[in-house]
Amino acid sequence: MKEGFRQSMAWLHRWAGLLVGWVLFAVFLTGTAAYLRPEISYWMRPELALSRPGPADAEVAVRAMQAMAPNSPSWFINLPDERDTTLRVFWREPGARGRGFREAVLDPATGRTVEARETLGGEFFYRFHFQLHYVGVLWGRWIVSICAMFMLVAIVSGIITHRRIFADFFTFRPGKGQRSWLDGHNICAVLALPYHLMITYTGLVLFMLMVMPWGIDRAYPGGRAAFNAEAFGSAPPRPRAGNAAPLSPVLPLVQEAERRWGGGRVGRIVVANPGDANATIQLVRADSERISYNPQSLTFDGPTGALIQDSGEGHPVAEVRGWMYGLHIGRFAGPLLRALFILSGLAGTAMVATGCVLWATKTRQQAARQGRVGFGTHLLEHLNVATIAGLPLAMAAFFWANRLLPAGMPQRADWEVHVFFATWGLCLIHPLFRRGRQAWIEQFAIGALAFALLPLLNVLVTQRHLLATLSEGDHVRAGFDLGLLGCALMLGALAWKVARHRPAPASSRVPSSIPRPGRSVEAAR
Amino acid sequence: MARIGPSFRSVASLRVRLPPDTERRRLGGLLLRSLAGIGGGYALAALATVVLSLSLPLARSEAVLAATMASFAVHAAAIIWAFAARSALRAVTGLVTGAALLTLIHLVVQGQLP
Repeated sequence: MKEGFRQSMAWLHRWAGLLVGWVLFAVFLTGTAAYLRPEISYWMRPELALSRPGPADAEVAVRAMQAMAPNSPSWFINLPDERDTTLRVFWREPGARGRGFREAVLDPATGRTVEARETLGGEFFYRFHFQLHYVGVLWGRWIVSICAMFMLVAIVSGIITHRRIFADFFTFRPGKGQRSWLDGHNICAVLALPYHLMITYTGLVLFMLMVMPWGIDRAYPGGRAAFNAEAFGSAPPRPRAGNAAPLSPVLPLVQEAERRWGGGRVGRIVVANPGDANATIQLVRADSERISYNPQSLTFDGPTGALIQDSGEGHPVAEVRGWMYGLHIGRFAGPLLRALFILSGLAGTAMVATGCVLWATKTRQQAARQGRVGFGTHLLEHLNVATIAGLPLAMAAFFWANRLLPAGMPQRADWEVHVFFATWGLCLIHPLFRRGRQAWIEQFAIGALAFALLPLLNVLVTQRHLLATLSEGDHVRAGFDLGLLGCALMLGALAWKVARHRPAPASSRVPSSIPRPGRSVEAAR
Repeated sequence: MARIGPSFRSVASLRVRLPPDTERRRLGGLLLRSLAGIGGGYALAALATVVLSLSLPLARSEAVLAATMASFAVHAAAIIWAFAARSALRAVTGLVTGAALLTLIHLVVQGQLP
């Protein structure tokens, strides 16, 4: 019975992983890139000058908004910090329905709009990793949530299958064909196992009220506004009064908030109905300050500046959800912890990739033993190349498009994304014309080259190249350029590895490589 | 280890030799387990969410959040169970029993049963 159970779990692990493996790979890799969302966005807008956050930023932004959008029903002001040094504002167009938002980047010194090239920046990877692209937002979120559920099942069944979990921690037998892939898969999986479990479960929790709405719908038949007020202490919105009243100065409110939060910083300012007698100013604490993502906020009366509501610390379970949210997006993490998050994310990416490759290797061996390699095996290998080697190349193409598309081009930001997908599409076609491992080698090598040349391209088309940024002390841009070179090295190493790989005896017809019946569980993993 | 009926796992080297009837039963059992795990598991998780949302001794919003956060563990466990059970029929019976238990708890907590 015990063996039967383990074998069932091995089967479940393989299928749960395989069915959604390619989506999971893309989600893991772009999600890892999303840890660097502000840095990517900053690098992709070379027009933005290096600025340092200052105490007057809030005042400058509010004055700019009063000039730019006096009649808007709501303003959202993101204050700069050490990582994201830009002063960004969003506002709803008067009379616009739904998502009718405009946005601008302000110069913190003057409050004037900074003209930067139109780009989604790091926002693209961030959005793609939970809602994909070219499909409706809800569709994308459902698809990713379902894939995350498969991932959770694959992780749990993988742990059950894996009986030598601690021994395999130290086991890596390179150059042994399928055995090495299995070892690699195990190391990536086991080393960062707490991270994989955490990121998968918290990812599900992020969209839980969409995926699992039955509890909230039964407990709150009247709608979710009551839930939001009870759970997160958000103040009910005040209707517009209709008579004008000037907005109170914002700087004293910011100081008041920082005093109440024991020196904590304000990250975002939300002004509802500015200029109206019923205006409110909500100050939200910066999300880099606490693990929990539950927004801690203070709401003030617009004209008088009197405190209306303090959201406080939140209830215990709501805080647990906040921690899960915060752990997933990792914005609380300082540089060292963030690096660890990125490494773990890469380990997850590698875990999915080695799993997919392991499956293809096994399928090919079985097919070879039966004497014919069928369509299924080819499809598997083909999709593996296009996903695993193609996606990094497409990401590089996205950065190239950012540097090369003309600045004034209509729908420029969309075209950067189109270039990304067109490149990925080419990677899907390319293996059709290549035999064996050639497709892997070429896609990895081109990806490496594309990343390696980006810092050089920077010298040619922007003022923000490595030499300038290093001497200016612009660590974000300089670090990013160096990171691109690191990506190039990684892809280059992969290309080299695949190129000089000789099929190990294990993958040919040496009998010892064929799993003996008693060992079939090990091999079946 | 001895079991009645075919396992749902196919061993590639054996598959060729399976008689068509056994193969059909294997696929049938597999289909039933998948449906029970994915569909039935979701239904069970949804039921657990509703029951816990309404009966956990916490503030209403807190109960909803706790129940909904736990629902994915319920769903995952149900899927694992559906594929771990000795037979497909047993898998379904287990899930139905779980649902019945939850309903019973719900009725008791709501005071509709003595």
